[in-house]
Amino acid sequence: MKEEKKNDWKKYLIVFFITLSLFLIAIYVSDALTGRKLNELQSIQDNISIDLLSSETQYSLLNELDCSQVSPNSVLSDELNDLSKKIEYSETSIGKSDQLTQLKESYSLLEIKDYLLMKELTSRCGQKSVFVLYFYTTSQNCSECVKQGYALTALKEKYPALRVYSFDYALNLSAVETLEKIYGIKDTVLPAIVSNGQVYTGFHNVEDIEKLIPKLKDILPKPTDATSTAASGN
Amino acid sequence: MNVVMTSILYTLTFLAMYVEVFFLVTFFERHKEIVTRLDDNPNRVYPNVTIIVPCWNEEKTVTGTVESLLALDYPKESLHLILVDDGSTDSTWAVLKTFENIPNVSIYHKDNGGKHTAMNYGISVTKTDFIGCLDADSYVTSSALKRMIPYFDDPKVMSVSPSIIVANPKTIIEWAQKAEYQLSVYIKKMLGLMGGIHVTPGPFSIYRMKVFRDLGDYKYAHKTEDMEIAYRMQEHGYRIEQCHDAVVYTKAPRTAYALYKQRLRWIYGFINNTIDYRRLIMKSEYGTFALFTVPAGIVSIFSAMYLFCFMVYSLFNFVVDKILRIQAVGTLWGGSPSLDWFFLDTHAFIFITIILYGLVLTSLFLGSKLANGKVKFSMGMVYYILIYSVIAPLWLIRALWKTVTRREVAWR
Repeated sequence: MKEEKKNDWKKYLIVFFITLSLFLIAIYVSDALTGRKLNELQSIQDNISIDLLSSETQYSLLNELDCSQVSPNSVLSDELNDLSKKIEYSETSIGKSDQLTQLKESYSLLEIKDYLLMKELTSRCGQKSVFVLYFYTTSQNCSECVKQGYALTALKEKYPALRVYSFDYALNLSAVETLEKIYGIKDTVLPAIVSNGQVYTGFHNVEDIEKLIPKLKDILPKPTDATSTAASGN
Repeated sequence: MNVVMTSILYTLTFLAMYVEVFFLVTFFERHKEIVTRLDDNPNRVYPNVTIIVPCWNEEKTVTGTVESLLALDYPKESLHLILVDDGSTDSTWAVLKTFENIPNVSIYHKDNGGKHTAMNYGISVTKTDFIGCLDADSYVTSSALKRMIPYFDDPKVMSVSPSIIVANPKTIIEWAQKAEYQLSVYIKKMLGLMGGIHVTPGPFSIYRMKVFRDLGDYKYAHKTEDMEIAYRMQEHGYRIEQCHDAVVYTKAPRTAYALYKQRLRWIYGFINNTIDYRRLIMKSEYGTFALFTVPAGIVSIFSAMYLFCFMVYSLFNFVVDKILRIQAVGTLWGGSPSLDWFFLDTHAFIFITIILYGLVLTSLFLGSKLANGKVKFSMGMVYYILIYSVIAPLWLIRALWKTVTRREVAWR
């Protein structure tokens, strides 16, 4: 006769709770580290806000100051770049979240403020600066936008003084929408880059952009610049 | 990645982790029962045992197999060997004839009918109360039988299987299998303690003759007769034990393709025997076998396949991204990698995967401890994780496909 087998139901339950605990620990650690990343983004953003406010104040005092007394790179190109990379990475690794969207909106506003300020400084103090506004979208599978992103990163590496301000069309932020209206940008023509008031839609590689923006030659770092930078670094 | 894909991924990973935790909890719960014996009881009376060696084109290995049986530390008058040539087309029969004058060895020749027919032929001429089999590509260690027989002191135990270890690994594929077989030593021991063993392998499983008298002969069983007999025993409440300190060495496939063919047969057998015995699944009266072993096997098949598809999907996205990058700037990589911790992937799935692999490594080490008596790291463990992650899904997918299209698998 067949022997009835005893089942250790308690053990099945205990194993379930242990497994669940391991899962929750993994999720907790992930959440804690993600929280730290978002805090870091917030902190960078706060720093940029303060620095930007400082620059704006400097700018307000421009009338009373000589251009030579305004620090030429007052506005944070490196910090904005760092923030841009981290937000972009967070979008792919963390995914969409309200906090991240909010940070991205603040970042876009900072970019616009920096752009306006630098434009004024350039026209008043004659700084050699080149600006590119870059419009892309994350709401649809825009492979051309991905390519344009790579091309602009490569361009930025070649021309460190170039200022690229990137705006996500999908963000629906009123200030960005105003910029889009000014330059007639629509989501059907993305990616789009704007330089010196001219709009260029579709993908453009580094060489194309160099041809479209001849002023880039003016900000090409000279070999001696690199040497002196390295020396000053020591 | 959409919500459905993520949900499936997390559910399967949870179940895979559940299986690993189940084994680990069993180990900590029952580890005092896992004793490696150093001495045998000199006063024990050992029963008569018949070992059947089914052979089909085994001219190169059968001599070693039979010699290892003859060298068993077991009373000679109580050990009988039945060597069955299942219609070999090579010189296996001539090799078997070299053993015909040894008193406790009987040799038989029959027309080819498959391994189960050779085994059944051997069973039909067996007169002892205990019967075992040994595939003609395996070798027993001398103490194996003496260590297995005491398990039958418990009258409820109907079959005992040994630890199977890969003999003389040379290729990376063999080393990977060595780690896998060691892992099996641990898993089978845990399943044995819980009464959930689902296969009594060809290399030296010993049965009470009552099993075949009560339940009938071996069946064809999709070329996995050793799995089907275990399913049948589980259905009838016959207990199967695992003797971890009885060691049998087996010749493992040397190449990836040979391994693929072998595993295709095994997995095909698991899928189809499980379909044949689906009436047992999740029925509490069949115990751990029905509630844990078979469901865990099913989960592992789907997990491996899903993870494989997920890997292919991720690889596809990676390649597409690289193509876009080349089209954009002409290079595969850009700039130097950032050392900022911010760019470390801290997604929950990464930590879950780390925990899961930690549990798998722990199991591999426990397998090494049970098989070798000590915890020892080997590169085989790394090969196992790397190679099986890539090629195991291939035989899983193929076995499922063959099941769906009702096509047979080849033996070799």
